[in-house]
Amino acid sequence: MLEVKDLEVRFGAVHAVRGVSFAVPEGPFGLGLVGESGSGKTTIGRAVMRLLPVHGGAITFEGTDVHDLGRRALKDYRRAVQVVFQDSDSTLDPRMRVAATLAEPLRAHRVVPKDAVGARIGELLSDVGLEPEHARRYPHSLSGGQRQRVAIARALAVEPRLVVLDEPTSALDVTVQARVLAMIRRLRDERRLAYILISHDLAVVEQLCEQIGVLYLGRLVEMGPTRELLGSPAHPYTIALRSAVPEVGVRERRRRIAIPGEPPDPASPPAGCAFHPRCPAAVDACRTTTPELRPVRSGHLVACHRAEDVMSGRAPIEPVPAAEQTAQR
Amino acid sequence: MKLEVRDLSVAFGEQTVVRIEALDLSDGEVLGLAGESGSGKSTLALAILGLTGQMGATVAGSIQLDGRELVGMPEQELRIIRGRRIAMVFQSPVSAFNPVIRIGDLFLRALRHHGVERADARERANQALREVFLPPEMLARYPHQLSGGQAQRAAIALAIALRSELLIADEPTSALDVTVQAEVIEVIRRLQVQERLGVLFISHDLAVLGELSDTLVVLRAGEQVESGPAAQVLEAPQHAYTRELVASMPKLGGALS
Repeated sequence: MLEVKDLEVRFGAVHAVRGVSFAVPEGPFGLGLVGESGSGKTTIGRAVMRLLPVHGGAITFEGTDVHDLGRRALKDYRRAVQVVFQDSDSTLDPRMRVAATLAEPLRAHRVVPKDAVGARIGELLSDVGLEPEHARRYPHSLSGGQRQRVAIARALAVEPRLVVLDEPTSALDVTVQARVLAMIRRLRDERRLAYILISHDLAVVEQLCEQIGVLYLGRLVEMGPTRELLGSPAHPYTIALRSAVPEVGVRERRRRIAIPGEPPDPASPPAGCAFHPRCPAAVDACRTTTPELRPVRSGHLVACHRAEDVMSGRAPIEPVPAAEQTAQR
Repeated sequence: MKLEVRDLSVAFGEQTVVRIEALDLSDGEVLGLAGESGSGKSTLALAILGLTGQMGATVAGSIQLDGRELVGMPEQELRIIRGRRIAMVFQSPVSAFNPVIRIGDLFLRALRHHGVERADARERANQALREVFLPPEMLARYPHQLSGGQAQRAAIALAIALRSELLIADEPTSALDVTVQAEVIEVIRRLQVQERLGVLFISHDLAVLGELSDTLVVLRAGEQVESGPAAQVLEAPQHAYTRELVASMPKLGGALS
């Protein structure tokens, strides 16, 4: 349904996204994009929404390049593909009651006949677990979780086929997050929804996505089916990221694969593989040659010169105490 | 160092925002304070520092540091305790620093304020930075020139330089990427073990708390709903709210079926 090929987005001289390709089939389907600050995950989401100019590659929806769409076709595209941002507070008009917020897209896209708008608003609210009385409320009188539900209801109002969810629960308390995630899961099945879930949280993405792409400094470094990618990750960054996720109920204090330092400045990326300064398995080739994304197993792509060694254990990615890490810095 | 909180309540007008029956923290211990927005966890931290009075709150009950009562202590005396004995780091360290003062000058001012000779101050600052794995060059930088993880470690280093005995850390890793968070956790754990620092670690993230804490206190809407050894609270939560919190934490291994 959606295909992104060799996407490149620049902000001035900074390459925010480079050579990113992926596809999203018809729903129910979830693609998770994970990465840390500056990894380009939000930029990809915005490019898909055509909210940003792209500098290379193509985004096609049902075979048509999204950037060639005329006014009319763009309107159809914006109906088919919706977005929910992390900070719903800033995307809801503070002067509009919830009912008006939901009525706007229903009318603009003539989703239902005029006399059915009110009834549809009620259905949408119930879909996202809100009460009919919430229709009369203003955003400021709702909690953060309720506002995020309104933002999701607004996105669903136009019956989209694909939704870009950009950190939809990151600003919410954990108990509220759990309820919103359960709701997304239910809607996905009921509405056969496809989504791109952008998150820094591997555990959130794992719950809701069949496919995961791991981003580092604007490039996909690993992509594959969720179970395979988390079960036998082949990129040292994915391994480190997975080990860094704190988990409730870990009895003993774990040794983490502490990768030293922080993600580099996208304005001056390291030569070769952008991850090499932090990588415990880096060799000379990593410092000079940027690894291409290539299949290591069916459907499992990795951009790492040492992927085979990492997977076979010849290049062990082992916990290193923080003190030793610093000595290398 | 021994911190003892007994029957503490902090109220703004008629509204009581925190009520704590008992809370104890000694050297080399990490006390985790868990709760969601509005649970009163940050207010409790500010109350221990004696800062809620300035915010117009009424504090009743007792907060004792080595037997000395902090509730009602004159501001002048509190100032000596703040920084010198109790240090605090916040969620956003960059905004907690004065943007026009270099990190080195910040250290110098704080150390001089607490009576350290100028000649010793520099050496203390360098040594403290080493403990949090930062190079001495950091002292020449302005806060905005530090990354989030570096700034948080610099804030912790300041506490070490002042030889604080109790560190109050309010969501210190919540704004950081997970790999950077892992480093900051490592730093705090090391200080707890090697320097016998007492740490009051405040977080909404039970997983982070579970890794660091010896004891855990769960707050909801200002009330202490559960407390006990961290492993026990997380593995066999007694209160329905704690159970909900534990169940809500996203965990790896929950793939779509």
